[in-house]
Amino acid sequence: MDRTVDARDTFCPGPLMELIRAVKEGEVGEVIAVWSKDAGSQRDIPLWIEKAGHELLAVNEKEEYNEFVIKKLR
Amino acid sequence: MQNVVVLGGGVGGSVVANHLAKKSRRGDCKITVVDEDGKHVYQPGFLYVTLGKQNPAKLMRDERTLLKRRVDMVTSRAERIDAGERTVHLAGGKKLDYDYLVIATGSTLHPEQVPGFEGAHHFYSLEGSIGLRNALMKFNGGDVVIAVGGVPYKCPPAPAESACLLDYYFTKRGIRDKVNLKFLSPLGRVFPLESLDPLVTEVFKQKNVETTIFFNIESIDPKSKKVESLEGETVSYDLLIAIPPHSGADVVIDSGLGDRGGWIPTDRHSLLAKGHGDIYVVGDATDIPISKAGATAHYEGLVVGDNIAARLKGQSPPDNYDGKVTCFCDAGFHKGIMMTFDYENPPVPPPLNRRHYLGKMMINRLYWMLIPKARV
Repeated sequence: MDRTVDARDTFCPGPLMELIRAVKEGEVGEVIAVWSKDAGSQRDIPLWIEKAGHELLAVNEKEEYNEFVIKKLR
Repeated sequence: MQNVVVLGGGVGGSVVANHLAKKSRRGDCKITVVDEDGKHVYQPGFLYVTLGKQNPAKLMRDERTLLKRRVDMVTSRAERIDAGERTVHLAGGKKLDYDYLVIATGSTLHPEQVPGFEGAHHFYSLEGSIGLRNALMKFNGGDVVIAVGGVPYKCPPAPAESACLLDYYFTKRGIRDKVNLKFLSPLGRVFPLESLDPLVTEVFKQKNVETTIFFNIESIDPKSKKVESLEGETVSYDLLIAIPPHSGADVVIDSGLGDRGGWIPTDRHSLLAKGHGDIYVVGDATDIPISKAGATAHYEGLVVGDNIAARLKGQSPPDNYDGKVTCFCDAGFHKGIMMTFDYENPPVPPPLNRRHYLGKMMINRLYWMLIPKARV
């Protein structure tokens, strides 16, 4: 993991915006993990990753949150 | 006598300094606010400047007039923080030593990070707002596109608020039928707060605002008047309103205290910079993933003021920041929404009503008297 973004307990702007920020700042090939308790992330994050052309490596269910692991491809 | 140095004379810095001055005795500490130009700007007024409803000069006051007499004010550029030596280096070689440092340096706009940004307007600075106002006055029809050029950005609901107010503005000018309002959301919904998204989606439908989701600006081509997204889509415009990318302040970056975006890793409850027991961070300068907004800085400032006052007396810090944010949005046609939320409690969708619009107008008027002076 190159970077972990803890976006638990954030309602505005939300975990997706934190992920977009991390992807924009990162280098191609970097692996980024985002932690989210937001139910909407289950839908939003995979959709954005697909649209933006990156790779969702894993969604890990933790005790009180989900961890999305993403690889920046372009 | 201990020294408390506050970098930044915006909402957060002013609230910390004035609240600490109230909560401590003169002999406990010397409080010094450092601000580059000594001007305090009320940024929520920018939207009204764009509509020609706000005199820009009335959005700016001398920071000195907002601070209690016992607070010292230094108008200078802070160039570097030496956390090991507990010293702030100012332009011209002057140094300030501190026992406690508060970093409230806000965010910095970087339009240059988006290729072609000169083809866009924005309302995130006074100058930008005046430019957009002038462009809107000359605009008589076509596609008006609102988009976001980088995350995070200040006041996440502001672009949606701008779309609603432009619907009102063009209706009042009698040319709404000649204007296509297009809203390009950086997220998978039109409004950043999920619980409010259905309401805002319905409002946009009623106001005939076209929406596209997952659109984060990659570049702008001013010649062909097209904007391209990070996600690979292209949209044409006649007038583009784009939120510029933001970063933390230069002094944070140059001092090695920020992350890649220049935001300071900050404990979300104590508001201490991670790894530094004597540096507090408030407002936009933190890396906490909540709204970068004046209300955030205000509530954080009160917590930091209380905690420094207690530590100066040898007591334990009494307060934890709970993530509280309050936000008023103007939806046009004299209706508004007020939202309050914190780390644990998402906002409950409120009704769109006149009372919350009046609440926003009241804050706009009473801001100078109440908030920077830490009276509330």
